[in-house]
Amino acid sequence: MARTPADLVGTRTGPSFEITFGDRPVPARPGQSVAAALWGAGILAWRTTRSGGRPRGAFCGIGQCYDCLATINGQPNRRACLVPAHPGDVVVTQEGHGHASLG
Amino acid sequence: MRPSAEPPTAPDLYDLAVIGAGCAGLSGAVTASELGLSVALLDASPQIGGQFFRHPAPATGAARPEALHHDWSLFTGLRRRLEASAVDLLGGHHVWSVVREGGLWAVHAVTGADGGEERAVRVRARAVLLATGAYERQLPFPGWTLPGVVGAGGAQAMLKSGLVLPGRRVVVAGSGPLLLAVAASLAAAGARVPAVIEASGYLGYARHPYALAANPHKLTEAAVHGGALLRHRVRLRTRTAVTEVHGTDRVEAVTVSRLDRDWRLVPGSGRRIACDALAVGHGLAPQIDLATTLGCATRTTPDRTTALVLDTSQETSVRDLWAAGEPGGVGGARLADVEGELAGLAIAARLRGHPARRGRVRELERRRDRMRAFADAMAAAHAPGTGWPQWLADDTEVCRCEEVTTQSVRAAVTDLGARDARTVKLFTRAGMGWCQGRMCGAAVTCLAAQHGSAEALAEPAPERRPFAVPVPLRALGSLDDPAPAPQTVTTD
Repeated sequence: MARTPADLVGTRTGPSFEITFGDRPVPARPGQSVAAALWGAGILAWRTTRSGGRPRGAFCGIGQCYDCLATINGQPNRRACLVPAHPGDVVVTQEGHGHASLG
Repeated sequence: MRPSAEPPTAPDLYDLAVIGAGCAGLSGAVTASELGLSVALLDASPQIGGQFFRHPAPATGAARPEALHHDWSLFTGLRRRLEASAVDLLGGHHVWSVVREGGLWAVHAVTGADGGEERAVRVRARAVLLATGAYERQLPFPGWTLPGVVGAGGAQAMLKSGLVLPGRRVVVAGSGPLLLAVAASLAAAGARVPAVIEASGYLGYARHPYALAANPHKLTEAAVHGGALLRHRVRLRTRTAVTEVHGTDRVEAVTVSRLDRDWRLVPGSGRRIACDALAVGHGLAPQIDLATTLGCATRTTPDRTTALVLDTSQETSVRDLWAAGEPGGVGGARLADVEGELAGLAIAARLRGHPARRGRVRELERRRDRMRAFADAMAAAHAPGTGWPQWLADDTEVCRCEEVTTQSVRAAVTDLGARDARTVKLFTRAGMGWCQGRMCGAAVTCLAAQHGSAEALAEPAPERRPFAVPVPLRALGSLDDPAPAPQTVTTD
């Protein structure tokens, strides 16, 4: 039985809008966080660390660890596990502190 | 209830400000409101329920949100009372400081989904109830920063509200009863859970027969999880730990090793389990930074977390500052509900000057003490063993934010003489990043203590975080008072 979380809670609506991650469209459900939409598409990393350049994504899932920081609609350092997804949101991998343009 | 980010008729001064709208906060807020107090209820989330009763947003259209929960009726009961009450619900408010101002409390918050709206809000109140819950305690191990390794509570949270899984085949590991609940939820939601890897033995509970016998609902809960695990063919393996994660850019497998009683590795016992995600955690740590910054007395719990010292009415060592639920020691939703009501009754009695109903108070105190005894037994059974640092490799990152390795932390201790987490932080930056040591604090404290003394696992020093969450400078600048910020401002 290929059960899904949405089946389990009896969700009547499917993904109804899209956001983009890089150049990739990602389906999202109303009420989902950006991190949840990305996990739903099998994407687990959307940040690289400041010194090692290593990939990171959501870890604590409740806004405490700040590992899920992403650049959302041009704004860096947003906690993707807390920020709700909105139609047309543009999410890109945040590199380092996310302020490279400041030099 | 007046659910609004900015109630148009919000009073200038409330009787009570409740911080946290989980079980404890909801219970305290509705109890106080029903007794005639004016109450503001603040939570970082736009939704009520806290972490335990985290649930999908209404827009998701979930017909059976209770499918992911125990005791859902406890939540719906509190929600009904909140809706019928005059409590001002301030969702999306991230509280960053509580300060004393002229005999009253000022609760400072920034608004927005992640506090990014940069609107500064100050709520004044005669009493404050801290119901700030807990966060998951982590211990590092080789590979724990790889994408696909997530907190066990994090996996649960993402599932409860976002209806998503971190992978299709998820190993659950660490220590504590939460692991069984997480494994049961993940499996019910369609993940394959090859094993629950528990570092302690469950025999520890047998040492506390009275606490077990007095809390039959906990046994029922264990039986429900146990039944779910059997049904989904999940194996519980005690006295084992994930000691390595394999994969280049994401999890491909984990190595599981046997542990002795002190959590030291049994050589040659490593076994590989294929998986695409690992959900890991070592119990919960009380979220008490707002209180410790105000100088509240703390105690060390049997599993060596730091919790607030509370009197029988739930008041902290600071007058007119109360706490309920996990800040006083992790004990679960039912205990939080009871403590919230006790606090609500006591606060109403203090502010209105009439005695609380003795019969009800005595009954609640009995229930609280019984559940606290069970929580202590559980904490003792899952307390981290002294041997866990042996799992670390030199290049294992201890501090995830600042990418500080085990080698650097050990050098700070052995070569530079650091003997506590704070000194290690000053030498290495471990704990100085975005999360302010919430993820690495337990490990760094332990590594600092183990090198210098015979003491195996020192109690973590209560962290003082004058800013409980990051605050944009613009929000600080918008405060009208000349000196509204806390007295102690550190540069780290």
